[in-house]
Amino acid sequence: MLYGLKIALRYLTASKGQTALLLAGVSVGVFIFIFMSALIGGLAQFITSRTSGDLSHISIVAEDVLPAQLDPAAPGVLLAQIPGFSHTDQLSTATAFVPGIEVLPGVQAVSPQVTGSGFLRRGTKVGQVSIVGLEPGRESAIVNLQSYLVAGTVDLAAGSILMGLKGADKLGLSIGQSVHLQSADGTPAILTLTGTYDMGSGGFDLGQTYVSLPTARILFKKPQGLSRIEIKLDDIFTADAITARIEAMTGLDASSWTESFPQLLDALAAQAQVGLVLKTFALITIVIGVASAMLLSSFRRRPEIGIMRAMGAGQVFVVYIFLLQGALIGIVGAVLGAGLGYAVLSLFPAVADAKPGSLPIDVQQGAYGMAVLLTTIGAILASILPARGAARVDPVTAIGQ
Amino acid sequence: MTALLAVRDLVKTFGSGEAETRVLRGLNLELQVGEQAALLGPSGSGKSTLLTILGTLMQPTSGSHTMLGVDLVAATDRALTTFRNLHVGFVFQFHNLLPDFTALENVIFPTAVREGRETPTARARGRELLTRMGLADRVDFPSMNLSGGQKQRVAVARALMNRPELVLADEPTGNLDRASALQVMELIGQINREEGTTFLISTHDEKIAAFCRRQIVVRDGVVTG
Repeated sequence: MLYGLKIALRYLTASKGQTALLLAGVSVGVFIFIFMSALIGGLAQFITSRTSGDLSHISIVAEDVLPAQLDPAAPGVLLAQIPGFSHTDQLSTATAFVPGIEVLPGVQAVSPQVTGSGFLRRGTKVGQVSIVGLEPGRESAIVNLQSYLVAGTVDLAAGSILMGLKGADKLGLSIGQSVHLQSADGTPAILTLTGTYDMGSGGFDLGQTYVSLPTARILFKKPQGLSRIEIKLDDIFTADAITARIEAMTGLDASSWTESFPQLLDALAAQAQVGLVLKTFALITIVIGVASAMLLSSFRRRPEIGIMRAMGAGQVFVVYIFLLQGALIGIVGAVLGAGLGYAVLSLFPAVADAKPGSLPIDVQQGAYGMAVLLTTIGAILASILPARGAARVDPVTAIGQ
Repeated sequence: MTALLAVRDLVKTFGSGEAETRVLRGLNLELQVGEQAALLGPSGSGKSTLLTILGTLMQPTSGSHTMLGVDLVAATDRALTTFRNLHVGFVFQFHNLLPDFTALENVIFPTAVREGRETPTARARGRELLTRMGLADRVDFPSMNLSGGQKQRVAVARALMNRPELVLADEPTGNLDRASALQVMELIGQINREEGTTFLISTHDEKIAAFCRRQIVVRDGVVTG
């Protein structure tokens, strides 16, 4: 129906001022939609990077084992278990699953770990520490240690240890100096401090240390198997689905960050809801604007509709003309708004560089395609009633015969 | 002569109850192919209502209306729209052109709306009609920039675009000066003679009616002469 398109275009271009205002209104609505998408997306990214960004999104952890104790004097009698005397089992088969997990869609990084605790001693100074054995080359896979590095290197070679700045200062350790480590399993080792970091978190900076995975295996007497596997995802909101997939694939118990941080999930969901409401309002505004403009246009063009009907134009043709006008306004307005949105949002710094107090806007999360699609659909829907009204115009009354 | 259309016992009422107004009161009329007839009568006699019904823009309250053998009272709105497009042309008192379109675009509208596009054939036919109306130099003029007489000649060309069997003209010269009115009537007469198109022209003007070979007088909703 090229002819209908021609008439729709002619009507729109004949009222340039009205059409320009209408397009401006739609563009502003789309701009708001895109701005809110980028802001909410950026805000979510900002919050998650500041909270769960350095945490694993999925963890596969060996269960604590409370060994049953049998009374040698009374065979078959189970004694009470004493909390604190448990030990962590190992994921004996997990190593084999790491390559499979790595290639799952949505998985950004995988960190196989052997963990435990121990004591650091240097001279008369002693400190209790948690020890995480990381695979060399994957030191920053989960916690971005590189970004917190104060001195030295994050690269973990055999016999090296990476410590928090506070812990190192407490022991009077400097880069390149040696320290005695005794694991909870009683294995001693002499390690060299190769790097210090400052995460800004007292507990981590004081008591967390990192060694290479082979070193950790020796310390905790785990020549095979793992204590846990930590997994980071491209999109944290896919964690539950990927967790289920990993469990099905490996048979291991995996836990999503949503189980560990339900409050954060609630906060992000509430924020997303607010964004959704605001975007819905923007769309409703567009629909009302287009509908009122189409109503006005169909009323103003009543005599012409009457003439067209008298000349043999069917009701469907009249509906088509007004729906096309709505669609054209929707598409052009949405594209203009999307272009404007991209141009303006591009002026904001990236979320990672956002300064405190500034808007963490992610230009990539503007939902441009969605905005154009929804606006076009909305504009067409908004035109239906005016179009039907126009088609029902009585030609005799409209012409004034 | 062959009958083009016939209406029998045509009644048209507007409103209901005490407000009911009966405009046509059992009107009978037959038009032959190739006739050029004037429809005369005082204001309120029912001339415009009759033209509107004959043009299938309105249905009668009762009575029969057939044209080219088609029962137009029983037809659906869609069927009437198609029938109107193919077989009936209109010339209104106030030309009623589409203001945002050129003279040519107005003329070819009835064909373009049926075919879904402006075909070269339709454009050629439109140009030919406009040339015939003495508007060869106004083909691409915006219709709103034409004079009253020019607009009415464009309206006549538009009415003839689909080569309809019947052209209904409601006071086609009522809004024109004498010279333009005569020019329009001469054109109508020429087309009637050359193409055999049937014209039914509503007018108050006896001189305009004199151009027509038949005068039909309507009074109080019935044909009286």
